Amino acid sequence: MSAKIRTRMGDGELVAMSPSEIREDIAVGTRDAAGKAGIPELTDEEQERLYEIIADPSRIVSVAPGDEVIVTDDGVPGSLYCGQDDSGAGIPMSRGQATLTYERACAADTVSLGHSDYSFKPVKNVISEETNAYYNISMGTTAPFIYGAQPNLGSYYQPDGPVRNPADLLLGGDVKAAQEAQEEAAEKMRQDILFCGRKLNDVGCEGLNLDTSASGGDADFMGTLQVVSELKEEAPGMPVIVGASGEFVLGMHGEVTFNDKQLAGMYPHDQVKVAEEAGVSIYGVAIGTSTNESLAWNVARSVTFTKAAVSAANIPIHVNVGMGVGGVPMCEVPPVDALTRATKSLVELGKADGL
Amino acid sequence: MGGIRTTGDLVAWMQLARKMKIAEAKQYVADKLGIEVSTLTDEEEMRRLREELGIGTIISVSGSPKGILAKIRISELLGIPINSVELFKSQLS
Repeated sequence: MSAKIRTRMGDGELVAMSPSEIREDIAVGTRDAAGKAGIPELTDEEQERLYEIIADPSRIVSVAPGDEVIVTDDGVPGSLYCGQDDSGAGIPMSRGQATLTYERACAADTVSLGHSDYSFKPVKNVISEETNAYYNISMGTTAPFIYGAQPNLGSYYQPDGPVRNPADLLLGGDVKAAQEAQEEAAEKMRQDILFCGRKLNDVGCEGLNLDTSASGGDADFMGTLQVVSELKEEAPGMPVIVGASGEFVLGMHGEVTFNDKQLAGMYPHDQVKVAEEAGVSIYGVAIGTSTNESLAWNVARSVTFTKAAVSAANIPIHVNVGMGVGGVPMCEVPPVDALTRATKSLVELGKADGL
Repeated sequence: MGGIRTTGDLVAWMQLARKMKIAEAKQYVADKLGIEVSTLTDEEEMRRLREELGIGTIISVSGSPKGILAKIRISELLGIPINSVELFKSQLS
């Protein structure tokens, strides 16, 4: 009888699995990703190496010296002072103190600033406060200092926003009106991001992060790509990072395109190509974690998507590895054993350029 | 990679500014620093080298460059424009 291996489920639950169960989940996980996206499965050797990483008896695992990668962040300094809603530590400190603490106490590769209501729509209303904060803090930071917010198309729909809610229109069977509503919202979103991007560029912004793009579906992704193109024309000195919200661009609209490419249904290896065309500097792939499946299944799936995206990309790929993405369990405090196994696998086997 | 503790900030600058993949970015930074890629994450070596170059250190050395002054030197060292540095220079002149 094989010894059981201490591992996790996708919701963080500690479980014991046999070697054969883990190997089987790796095989099924990579097959799932490959089948969905039409990309290669992990090879037998890669699957066996992934098994070794998952089954490693150490509490924490890591890559070999020399194989380290960059970690970009999306509002981590804010997590020092914000509360549970943002997985924050709730420490009473200023945004500037938090940013420098992250840089100099946590040795972060990049640091960032973001509004507590982390979307461009609310940021527009307080852009002067944001640009003042950015400028002041940027005088003290040494690592790349990135301003981040979400495009968040959903915030433009009623009752939160001005545009008719396409979900309501679809319920009534009015597909055309639902599509038009999404296009109207995408245009408002594009204008807001452009406004904020210009203002931030004026104060020397070292990098703009359009985080969790396409959360509202393909029209969200279209508006994001359009505004990146515009910003790269107007502000070529301000690098733009785009992070995804999931491995699959939902076809909420179904027919919108970017450079004549249909966006609905795109998987990471296609997403990164349109991101490149738009002028994105770093693309963050996001692969959802299934809470019902094991760590082995989730990591195998994430590595498979990542490997294909990195292979297709000419720009750096940073994999989202927060709670619930990139094979990391979906729980408030991701266990470090699972987190490090996911990140090691994504770098060693997925060939990620960063996290 | 360790941020300003080692060279994580420098490699990140190259990914942002030149869209370099990780291996290319590391090699570029190593070449600019005149060190091996394997030294990029050596805290002991980089602590000394960063102070020599005035590009910011994880330990706060009194009077040693940090913040915008360190970024001016990083911009020159890596041969890349940094938006905040360009703005700062334009305001100086």
